Amino acid sequence: MTASLPVRPGGGAIDTATLPGHRVELGRDTPMRLDCGVELGPFTVAYSTYGTLNAQRSNAVLVCHALTGDHYVAEQHPVTGKPGWWELMVGPGRPVDTDRFFVICANVLGGCMGTTGPAERDPATGRPYGLSFPVITIGDMVRAQALLLDHLGIGQLFCVIGGSMGGMQVLEWAASYPERVFAAIPIATAARHSAQNIAFHEVGRQAIMADPDWAAGNYLEKGLRPHRGLAVARMAAHITYLSEPALHRKFGRNLQNRQTVTYGFDADFQVESYLRHQGISFVERFDANSYLYITRAMDYFDLAAEHGGILANAFRHRGGPPPVRFCLVSFSSDWLFPTAESRAIVHALNAVAANVSFVEVETDKGHDAFLLDEPELHQVLRGFIEGCAEHRGLGRSDGREGPEGRR
Amino acid sequence: MTAVMDARTGEGAAQGHGAIRPDLRLVAEMVTPGSRVLDVGCGDGALLHHLVHERQVDGRGIELSMDGVRQCVSQGLSVIQGDAEADLADYPDDSFDFVVLSQTLQAMRDPRRVLLELVRIGRHAVVSLPNFGYWRVRMSLLWGGRMPVTKRLGYAWWETPNIHLCTIRDFLDLCADVGVRIDRTVILGRHDRPTRAHPALNNLIGEQGIFLLSRK
Repeated sequence: MTASLPVRPGGGAIDTATLPGHRVELGRDTPMRLDCGVELGPFTVAYSTYGTLNAQRSNAVLVCHALTGDHYVAEQHPVTGKPGWWELMVGPGRPVDTDRFFVICANVLGGCMGTTGPAERDPATGRPYGLSFPVITIGDMVRAQALLLDHLGIGQLFCVIGGSMGGMQVLEWAASYPERVFAAIPIATAARHSAQNIAFHEVGRQAIMADPDWAAGNYLEKGLRPHRGLAVARMAAHITYLSEPALHRKFGRNLQNRQTVTYGFDADFQVESYLRHQGISFVERFDANSYLYITRAMDYFDLAAEHGGILANAFRHRGGPPPVRFCLVSFSSDWLFPTAESRAIVHALNAVAANVSFVEVETDKGHDAFLLDEPELHQVLRGFIEGCAEHRGLGRSDGREGPEGRR
Repeated sequence: MTAVMDARTGEGAAQGHGAIRPDLRLVAEMVTPGSRVLDVGCGDGALLHHLVHERQVDGRGIELSMDGVRQCVSQGLSVIQGDAEADLADYPDDSFDFVVLSQTLQAMRDPRRVLLELVRIGRHAVVSLPNFGYWRVRMSLLWGGRMPVTKRLGYAWWETPNIHLCTIRDFLDLCADVGVRIDRTVILGRHDRPTRAHPALNNLIGEQGIFLLSRK
């Protein structure tokens, strides 16, 4: 491996029209008004579904993906060939049990896996949106999802669940559409993006924009890809998803395929090699402008600010508690969305006497823990979802012990 | 906060449906079926589970220990991890019909303030506590000359979380001082049996007391 990142100059263009999954055009008759004031429409939402919607249409679960996620939550990823990003949580016998629930996951607005975003063609010009794409917010993403549910004929979700930026969408759902959400599971998230997190995002965006191949955002038209910038953005962000103890446990100061340091700038250390790999493989499946737009959406998220500066007001429903049951989960070693952020949400929910559970899971895996094999996380959510299903009249999954018992 | 003697005696550990420690059953009997209940220091959820399933309450819990919280949420109970002494302040007045504090008041840093919070958040509060005036405790101190270690108070002085032990009489005085009304009293003697003795003897023969409280 050389000192600079060996990225393929032109690779990574994804033909989203050929991707598996469903696509629907929304906002054709009435465009969707975005928070920035722009009217967007028509626009496309790409989504996947798993399981079967019951006759009462009461068993739908919406999974909200994180910054660089997509709707391939429980199936092989069409670009990387890897398993779905949350197959540990979503699937037959999993906590979000596709044998019982109808699971929907949509690529967010601004994304690059089929939903309208800066890499898609603007129907008005026939050219890629690029930086002419309007700046979108978490609220806009959720409004687009609500339109998708209207299209699917689903009035109320049994549950909306997501981690990180997915958790922001869950909170936005509970605040904006409380009557459409029976249970909400925001994981490893916050009601507002912190200054530190905005700062990290800015580093990533500057890395992309500093790449000459970014071409002021017009790289698609010029046949270029700012792979180096996007890879560096991913490398910096990836560090924030881990924890110092986890990095140390995994790599320590171990050298990469060599006995001694080279007195140069090759990837001497395993941790460097690992990060480079993370950066290089990321650019194959993600669009740089999408990265700019979606990080911006997270930066702008501040649920309290939308409600007079008082977070509790975001959840107050007709002067009383919201009709939503909440279960928040944080991870002890997550310094990107630390437990204090979840606790602030819990305090706000208590202030409106909401029905809320909150667990901090002990782990050294950092922010990424929500995606990983954390038995405690899965056990807690299994119990919470089970209890909610009973209250919703969806019965208990008796006679089933879960994936461990079934295999 | 876990019901603090449980760690030693093993009492209150997850029990089968219906089976519940006698003092917890008496606490539960003070709670109106179908009401909204907050169990402060709900431990592993034994009482909360009983209240939700046997008395059909809309139940919530606060618990300090993560182990307790995980056990509760995993069985479908609505429980948050938190420090009751800090977190009770978040709740609006009269958020609950009943706020339960079982065997935990004596472990609070500021029991007086907690007591006031209970009757502010709840229209009623149910408080149970071990009685330091119980005759066996008195005898232990009188004859042994050492801090009592009993079944109910199962810790040595240097490790006990029970930092604010009181007698039943002390507790009644505090309630009177801060304007908390006692609507019902159940005194448990040996083997957790309710006593039927003259109330004047409660402070001597009661191993623990259970009180239904409200604001004056």
